[in-house]
Amino acid sequence: MLGIDDPQVWLAYLACILSALFCVVYGIMNWNKGDEPLHAEDKKWAQDEKAAEEQL
Amino acid sequence: MENVFLLTMVVLVYLFMIAFLGYYGYRKTNNALDYLVAGRNTHPAVMALSYGATFISTSAIVGFGGVAAMMGMGLLWLTFLNIFIGIIIAFIFFGKRTRKMGHNLDAHTFPELLGKRYQSRFVQGFAGLVIFIFMPLYSAAVLIGAARFLETTFPNMLNFNVAVLIYALIICAYVFAGGIKGVMYTDALQGAIMFVGMLILLVMCYANLGGVTAAHQALTAIADKVPEKLAAQGHLGWTRMPALGSPLWWTMVSTIVMGVGIGVLTQPQLAVRFMTVKSNKEINRGVVTGGIFILMMTGVAYIVGSLSNVYFLRNPKFGQIALNLTQGNVDKIMPLYINNAMPTWFVYVFMLTLLSAAMSTSSSQFHAMGTAFGRDLFEKIFLKGKGSKHTVLLTRVGILVGVLITVILGFKLPTSIIAIATAMFFGLCASTFLPAYAGALFWKGMTKTGAIASMFAGFIVTGLWFLFVHKKESEALGLCQLLFQKPTLATFPWTVVDPIMIALPISLVVAVVVSVCTTRLPKNHIEACFKYF
Repeated sequence: MLGIDDPQVWLAYLACILSALFCVVYGIMNWNKGDEPLHAEDKKWAQDEKAAEEQL
Repeated sequence: MENVFLLTMVVLVYLFMIAFLGYYGYRKTNNALDYLVAGRNTHPAVMALSYGATFISTSAIVGFGGVAAMMGMGLLWLTFLNIFIGIIIAFIFFGKRTRKMGHNLDAHTFPELLGKRYQSRFVQGFAGLVIFIFMPLYSAAVLIGAARFLETTFPNMLNFNVAVLIYALIICAYVFAGGIKGVMYTDALQGAIMFVGMLILLVMCYANLGGVTAAHQALTAIADKVPEKLAAQGHLGWTRMPALGSPLWWTMVSTIVMGVGIGVLTQPQLAVRFMTVKSNKEINRGVVTGGIFILMMTGVAYIVGSLSNVYFLRNPKFGQIALNLTQGNVDKIMPLYINNAMPTWFVYVFMLTLLSAAMSTSSSQFHAMGTAFGRDLFEKIFLKGKGSKHTVLLTRVGILVGVLITVILGFKLPTSIIAIATAMFFGLCASTFLPAYAGALFWKGMTKTGAIASMFAGFIVTGLWFLFVHKKESEALGLCQLLFQKPTLATFPWTVVDPIMIALPISLVVAVVVSVCTTRLPKNHIEACFKYF
């Protein structure tokens, strides 16, 4: 396949492309899923992180 | 290949774009944190590109691309794992939980996440120590990759040592100018430049060799050119896997593919990236960009690296395979190929691609080393957890010491080291941290003692394996020779089996067995860790 005789190598070539395709399909299917409200913990974390970065 | 006018133009355009986007980003919003504070989503591509730009560096493109030129396209299994584990597993399973638990526990570094999850200053301090001591191996690999490309691009102006110093100076300027903060738009620009650069490289490489199938067939046809030394180790040609169970097979599968493929999950500078996004929605969307980006980075590097052999053999100027042209130094193969097979303008653009890739990775590495030293090790162990005004100063000291050790290693490490040094660090991280990290996120029953025992087991077994079993390292380190008058205590195949194959399973079993036998963490703490899950 694709000029490569060893199935262990063309399978790797194919697996790379298929796994990237899976990423595209997964991302599109879940594009609008997972939205969450901002909790107090999220906000505190971001403020602490920002303060630490600014100090540094 | 030195055209000063063209080089100046390319660099000026690049700097102008960086300055414009930096200014635009500064006016609009400083970084991902401002978005999070304001409760807004970042652009879907930005988190993934910033993760990708931190993940992929000169180590992947120059170092592992060179290894592909030596070992062949079987290395594409690493690209598969880079996508399957480095994006799919890392984003969908580890990333979402890391973000939530990091916020719940107000943890800001990878060791701090482990330390707070297991209510153990020791866990945090020990993780900080391991990262601070061993990450320079990886940062030196990135530095060497950049220096090798500069050295090859400007042969009349630079030698390797000068190139190391120049890159170190660029990184210092970048870090002290605030580059460590990772402004979103410049991060995304660096990722975008890397993407376009690698795409052009792939298209030109295949076009030069007559198309995809023709290029692969040509590579298959030169199997008889494999050097005798490599053939004796199991090399069967660049489009075939090495002979099953041969020394080369074990190195490719256990060290390169498994070590780096699994180790990515426990890279401290990558794990914290997930904490800077607002919701799982951004992680879901980031999977799209992440998957394509990694395919274009490592996939292209390994394909082009392997095919460089056909180019060099066909070109009358060279007439030899890549490895012979660089006197066995695999780190020089990708720079040599790009400098000769590509037009000058592309070489300069690609140089910026590589410097972008290296800088985004280097700055996050130095940040991880600095916080590992100041925040995790010093504050938790020496100051017994009391936050102090010295923490910031110590973090800065940690960054400076990290840069210094990296530069010294850049000068001292042997040739053909980029991929090996990267794989050593990734493997060590996986064996030491993976069971504790996965347990932290997925198993409420994992105990503090279980985590400590597992980290110790993974670290010690890896160390002993390098010192007394894995011949390449045990021979170089010399302790086995000193104590037992022989380079290794083991016989083949153990002498070529990477420590991750032994240390990770042991660390995993220890984590489970010790956790089952020891006292669980308080219920209210576990509930706080897993809130909103």
